[in-house]
Amino acid sequence: MPEQQLLDAEKGQAPVIGPGHTFATVTDKISSVVLTQRQPLMWFATLSTAFLLTMLLLLAVTVLFAKGTGIWGINMPVAWGFAITNFVWWIGIGHAGTLISAILLLLNQPWRNSINRFAEAMTIFAVACAGLFPILHLGRPWLFYWLIPYPNTMGVQPQFRSPLVWDVFAVTTYATVSVLFWFVGLLPDLATLRDRSQTRLGQMFYGMLAMGWRGSARHWRQHEVASLLLAGLATPLVLSVHTVVSFDFTIAILPGWHSTIFPPYFVAGAIYSGFAMVLVLAIPLRAAYGLGDLITMRHLDNSAKVMLGTGLIVAYSYLMEAFMAWYSGVGVEKFLMLNRMTGPYAEQFWMLVSCNIVIIQLLWFRKVRQNTLALFGISIVVLIGMWLERYVIIVTSLHRDFLPSSWGMFHPTRWDWATYTGTIGLFLLLFFLFVRLLPMISIFEVRTLLPEARVKEETRA
Amino acid sequence: MSMTRRGFIVLSAAAASALSGAGGVQEPEARYRMAEHWWAMTIDIDKCIGCGNCVKACAEENQVPEGHFRTWVERYTVEAGDYEHPRVESPQGGKNGFPPAAQSTAKTFFVPKLCNHCEHSPCVQVCPVGATFESPDGVVLVDEKYCIGCRYCVQACPYGCRYIHPEKHTVDKCSLCYHRITKGLTTACCEACPTGARQLADLKNPKDPVHEFLRTHKVQVLKPHMATGSKVFYKDLDGAVR
Repeated sequence: MPEQQLLDAEKGQAPVIGPGHTFATVTDKISSVVLTQRQPLMWFATLSTAFLLTMLLLLAVTVLFAKGTGIWGINMPVAWGFAITNFVWWIGIGHAGTLISAILLLLNQPWRNSINRFAEAMTIFAVACAGLFPILHLGRPWLFYWLIPYPNTMGVQPQFRSPLVWDVFAVTTYATVSVLFWFVGLLPDLATLRDRSQTRLGQMFYGMLAMGWRGSARHWRQHEVASLLLAGLATPLVLSVHTVVSFDFTIAILPGWHSTIFPPYFVAGAIYSGFAMVLVLAIPLRAAYGLGDLITMRHLDNSAKVMLGTGLIVAYSYLMEAFMAWYSGVGVEKFLMLNRMTGPYAEQFWMLVSCNIVIIQLLWFRKVRQNTLALFGISIVVLIGMWLERYVIIVTSLHRDFLPSSWGMFHPTRWDWATYTGTIGLFLLLFFLFVRLLPMISIFEVRTLLPEARVKEETRA
Repeated sequence: MSMTRRGFIVLSAAAASALSGAGGVQEPEARYRMAEHWWAMTIDIDKCIGCGNCVKACAEENQVPEGHFRTWVERYTVEAGDYEHPRVESPQGGKNGFPPAAQSTAKTFFVPKLCNHCEHSPCVQVCPVGATFESPDGVVLVDEKYCIGCRYCVQACPYGCRYIHPEKHTVDKCSLCYHRITKGLTTACCEACPTGARQLADLKNPKDPVHEFLRTHKVQVLKPHMATGSKVFYKDLDGAVR
């Protein structure tokens, strides 16, 4: 039995790679998904649904640009509704990808190798969806570039004290580093696809993307340095991006928003929802493409454990939020918390508590963590719960604002729903195109998990 | 009478000179210097009768769209011993007055509201493009040409004074009738107030009656705990007012 698997058996954990694999079989298996294998029915079904939803998004955006944000349910006093909820939700989802690819790389966690590629792709597509909303929600979206500092004859610059400007920097930096990290990581595999592709088009496509990768020792050394540097850059971004997003709320002196607990609470929530999305994508993928030996139960189990850990931090944050509302002695804070629990949005509040705190307690049980169907279901529930969390934070804090005379309710319209579901379609469309065109699992990194790689390294040493 | 050529030229030149003086450059009007003013407003709660004239005048003067308000009036009904739960009404922003209050022992009074033109404005800080700014004379203004309509200031304002203009898609709020006060006029709401409950005040002008008013009356600002540096001073503001 290979050494790696013996060690795993001793720990009582599933291996990070199934038995019987060699360098060649790993390369064959992953590259065949792109080059030779016929796509499963699931791929066609998801892609067509995603395409339809993307068309719905285009329609919703066209109507939005033609008529303005009045087509949404936002009004006074709830002037931020679905758009900002969706923005925070999508940005949060992206976090797991960076955590897996960067932080786990620096922490030398071998289990990341099989899931980092598609998790990082998930990050990029989630950030792309998130990036749409701050632009779409503007009254005059065609002027969005005024948020970016650029030299102009008027000498006008953004107002740097505004958290929205911090958001621009945080999110664009995050997107740039994520894309670079993902692309650098892809290079050796793109070269593999270039060399294995049977068609001229494939050779040209992957050849151009591989940027002349030849796999020389120099290439590998530079690749490793670049990967580590980018991982070093991406690591603080995991913490900073959602911290800055939370500043959008904490800087406004509004009860329910103006809280110091938001940054860690948001970061934990982001990783929580991100891992839920990783599982939602990984579980059907491994089933449809027969990748159970590469994305093993170990990966699912570890992801579930991270979900449980971050979910508990989120639960603690909810408790602290309620405690501080009472302990602070501030009437409006107390009112707001009671209003969340018993007011017109109480259903959503208790639903999010059930989704985010109660249901994940099942993950304490190994049997549940080993059951892919249960994990998939729990992950979906967590994604719904985390969306509701942002919705409740935004809407309940606004609908009962400081002025009792202007209290109101938020009623989402069909265009709110169309835009939201449309971005889910866009996300899935991009993701499933990625699955079809690029290796969804890192070939060269999975090969390092094999005993062969380890033996050679030790021999050389 | 005959006129010599010389006389004609001299007379023409004199006439041209006189005409140019009359129709050309006028005596310059006293120029408005921002640094010499620090605008505020005083509101005497006891004098407000809730007629809504101020709301109407503001809407007329500033073309405020229907259903939105740069200023509005709230009626508070506070039951004896229940100061924590006042009933607050503002039908149509109080534009058309209020229906008669129910006969009860409750305390009832009107509170006109508007942008507080804060010295440390939460809205100014959060505006990402600097469209909301504080002028040197203490008025918080919005440059609608720069506003991108992100609504952040709408959320940040603790006084609920801002709204998104349904046609311009940019933010709008009380400008303290800046176009009027810089010409030496008072605001439309103050002009229309039949009881003088609202008074424009220039805190930098030593002759302004506001100094006497502030010295001789008990005045409060809304939400003083937020330290926004509000410049709308209410006389005899009830503790129940939010």
